[in-house]
Amino acid sequence: MGKIRIDGEPVTGPLKISGMAFQAPSLLPWRTTVDNVLLPLEIVEPYRSSFKARRKEYVERARKLLQKVGLAGYEDKFPWQLSGGMQQRASICRALIHEPKMLLLDEPFGALDAFTREELWCILRDLWTEQQFNVILVTHDLRESVFLADTVYVMSKSPGRFVVKREIELPRPRELELTYTKEFTDIVLELRGHIGAIRSNAIADAAKAPAAIPQ
Amino acid sequence: MKNNKQIERWSPWLLLVAVIVLWQIICSGFGVSEFIFPSPWRIWTQFWEFKEIIAGHAWRTFWVTMAGFGLAIVVGVLLGFVIGSSRLAYAAMYPLMTAFNALPKAAFVPILVVWFGIGVGPAVLTAFLISFFPIMVNIATGLATLEPELEDVLRVLGAKRWDVLMKIGFPRSMPYFFASLKVAITLAFVGTTVSEMTAANEGIGYLLISAGSSMQMGLAFAGLMVVGAMAMGMYELFSAVEKHTTAWAHRGSQGE
Repeated sequence: MGKIRIDGEPVTGPLKISGMAFQAPSLLPWRTTVDNVLLPLEIVEPYRSSFKARRKEYVERARKLLQKVGLAGYEDKFPWQLSGGMQQRASICRALIHEPKMLLLDEPFGALDAFTREELWCILRDLWTEQQFNVILVTHDLRESVFLADTVYVMSKSPGRFVVKREIELPRPRELELTYTKEFTDIVLELRGHIGAIRSNAIADAAKAPAAIPQ
Repeated sequence: MKNNKQIERWSPWLLLVAVIVLWQIICSGFGVSEFIFPSPWRIWTQFWEFKEIIAGHAWRTFWVTMAGFGLAIVVGVLLGFVIGSSRLAYAAMYPLMTAFNALPKAAFVPILVVWFGIGVGPAVLTAFLISFFPIMVNIATGLATLEPELEDVLRVLGAKRWDVLMKIGFPRSMPYFFASLKVAITLAFVGTTVSEMTAANEGIGYLLISAGSSMQMGLAFAGLMVVGAMAMGMYELFSAVEKHTTAWAHRGSQGE
């Protein structure tokens, strides 16, 4: 059994300092996009107690965040009026609205088409550049992990263990063009090699490569 | 396209007119006795002749039904909340509630008469007993079928059970609630009318019995029509409220 420590403290339940987005956007269909993004502020302290009084300010903040991810003009639409990529952007906004120090992403771009996915990599990169939160991103996409992460851990399936730790020293800011350079593809190939080895050893039949971007 | 929509909109009225015309033709054509099966024209003349009496009885039936229905909403929603939000309560109460629902509500009327006497009491309670079940079941279903993914969204933020219920369970079950209101209101009218037939001196149910016993078939049919019209009116009202408040659940029909 492993242990999870954040700031040296063992984790026993949900944390206030974390925000999370899932593989499915899971937006609430009866709320508009902006109201969906506001949801964490209605739950998490200290925003919760001041939500009614400072609602206007929070709405402003949610709209700004939505505009940053390219959802200007869609703030008052309902989730079912948005495309899958747009919903996922809104979902990431929801994970970030309460300014968490730690963003947990569980295959957030897995269900999107290749181009939308690359677009969202850049959006996540820009948000991170601005707010410098920690991200733990679980993904099957090696290019995604190398493009976004500072450190990539290759993980085996049952038992889920870290098999390889790989620091990515590519300079920032990273542009999409980088993903077509030799140094980039070399790292991807190297990681693929590790996963190939795990799979052929029949230790695991699927592997995930979590990536972390420490502050 | 536009024409089709127009036809669709007017189709219930067209069908109604067609049925009435056919009915009239059969009654006049075959010379059916007005004492056995009155023609629409006869029903209409009787309705007009006794319109004040009918209006009085109809009003009584209406408010009694609404009282029972209001009670059913309160009790149904509360019980639905309890059953839907707790697995234990669901397991414990659902079979009993189903058994209760299987009992013919008309059979309660004599018992209610013993307890509350002839009058408003039995009618209100019969309307309530017959109509709270669908409301309760629908609220419970709405809460019990919550997508775990939606709950997770709040859980990871450290939300309490109550938060999850209020932010997700409650709005999520609103479409179920309104759907149940449409069923329940028609049942409530059935309950009131049945009860009034044996345990009241006023109301459409009483009117039906007294018209029947004095062979005024036109009047009896007119009473039936009035109950049907009231139930349909209330149904349409809740239907409109439903469309207004839970549009998100009916997006398919709206086109965006």
